[in-house]
Amino acid sequence: MTIEMLGARILSPYFGGSLSVWGSIITIFMLALALGYLLGGKLSTRTPSATIYGLFFVGAALFALPIILLADSIMRPIMIYIEDARYGSLFASIFLFFIPTSILGMISPYSVRLMVDKEEHSGHMAGLLYFISTLGSALGTLGTSFYFVLWYEVNQILWGAVISLVLAGVAVLFFENTMKAEVAVGSGGYAKK
Amino acid sequence: MAVVDMLRNRIQAIFSELIQLLALMFFAINSNAETIHEERSKYRDITVTQVGERRCLLFNVHRGDRNQTCMMLDDPNRLVFDYTRMSFAGLLLQQAPQSILVIGLGGGSIPMTFADLFPSAQIDVIEIDDAVVKVAKEYFQFNESQNMRVFVGDGRPFIKRAGLRGEKYDYIVLDAFSGDYIPEHMLTREFLEEVKAIMTDESVLVANTFSTSRLYDHESVTYQRAFNEFYNFKLPTSGNRIIIAQLDLLPPREELVEASRRLEARLDKYGVNITDYPRRLTTRADWDMSRRELTDQYSPGNLLRGN
Repeated sequence: MTIEMLGARILSPYFGGSLSVWGSIITIFMLALALGYLLGGKLSTRTPSATIYGLFFVGAALFALPIILLADSIMRPIMIYIEDARYGSLFASIFLFFIPTSILGMISPYSVRLMVDKEEHSGHMAGLLYFISTLGSALGTLGTSFYFVLWYEVNQILWGAVISLVLAGVAVLFFENTMKAEVAVGSGGYAKK
Repeated sequence: MAVVDMLRNRIQAIFSELIQLLALMFFAINSNAETIHEERSKYRDITVTQVGERRCLLFNVHRGDRNQTCMMLDDPNRLVFDYTRMSFAGLLLQQAPQSILVIGLGGGSIPMTFADLFPSAQIDVIEIDDAVVKVAKEYFQFNESQNMRVFVGDGRPFIKRAGLRGEKYDYIVLDAFSGDYIPEHMLTREFLEEVKAIMTDESVLVANTFSTSRLYDHESVTYQRAFNEFYNFKLPTSGNRIIIAQLDLLPPREELVEASRRLEARLDKYGVNITDYPRRLTTRADWDMSRRELTDQYSPGNLLRGN
């Protein structure tokens, strides 16, 4: 959510602040998450492991790097070739946000798989995960829009998100043999999303 | 006895205040403008009101925003508000603009006045809200023509594209307001650099801002970094501050005074008292220069405004 809130800030110099720019960002985030949920769920059916789980975090962080490092070289050509700001912002959102958001989306269903050991607990675990991830999203939105943009530059906030993801991933890999640790770190990483 | 007197005085005072309040309320109801058009667009609530011959365009009335523009139906040339009149102060630096860019249409009074003043000039207007364009045409006598083009879209990408195409404008007016202030992406240093790219040495930039708000310092610092110096233009009767900037060094005041004399007769019918302007233009910094410059990386405009 932190990245999503900053999305408009990142796109507006190129595509403006019209309603359609927000529409593009939210659409792409939703589509990416949908695909991520699907893939994450699929992946969890074959040999689920904490290593793969930890790699999701690191992967998302890596694929979020272009948002910081390549923003101008991605958005400038799109702006030049696509006159209509609606489709320009849609394409820019795809290139900037789709992959990292998809990977983040894979975390949820995978977490369910790792956390559920008995079938009758699955609903409880899924509920808990929804609770944590949605709470994290709310905090990310609030923190970013109310405070972070006042204290930091956009790229500093993005670096903060990337570093948090890497730390969460590394923590998962580090504690991968301890079942309990997975659960705790998984939640922690989620709040940062 | 003294206590009773005091009490009586107090009660009398309260009564007289009450009566004043009632009178005020009655007056307010009586003078209530007649709403002739209301519409909810993608971006805002648009209201057109009329009192006598005075017709006004108001945005987001219920939230108390003061963005508005008015016209006198019996004297449509006359510019009703100080800030619209002040927007023509740039003529002191550029007296015969042949290409004019206006960001933010409103009721269209600024572009219409330009069209009237310079019939052969090409005027481009960028307005993000197509509903505003419609209302300006229907209620404020705004017309598009060969020389007056309106583009519906965001000002920043328009300027960026114009710069990439190498287009230049002689006179640029920044008058874009959304919500309660100038959109954040049109307050930044990078934006001003993009504006500079569509200016020549003869061009003038006129930006309408508010003189109250903590953002005033940030804005001033940002304009100063982009243009080195600019004219700060305020009137005691207006809450607006107009920034006037050009790429070249600013001319000495005598030149402005001379220019104002030449312009005086032509601007009279719009109510622009141009000869009064040169002495009010100042390069003196009356802002906190230690404030942080606004950039695309750091532009929490709406958050800063609240403080």
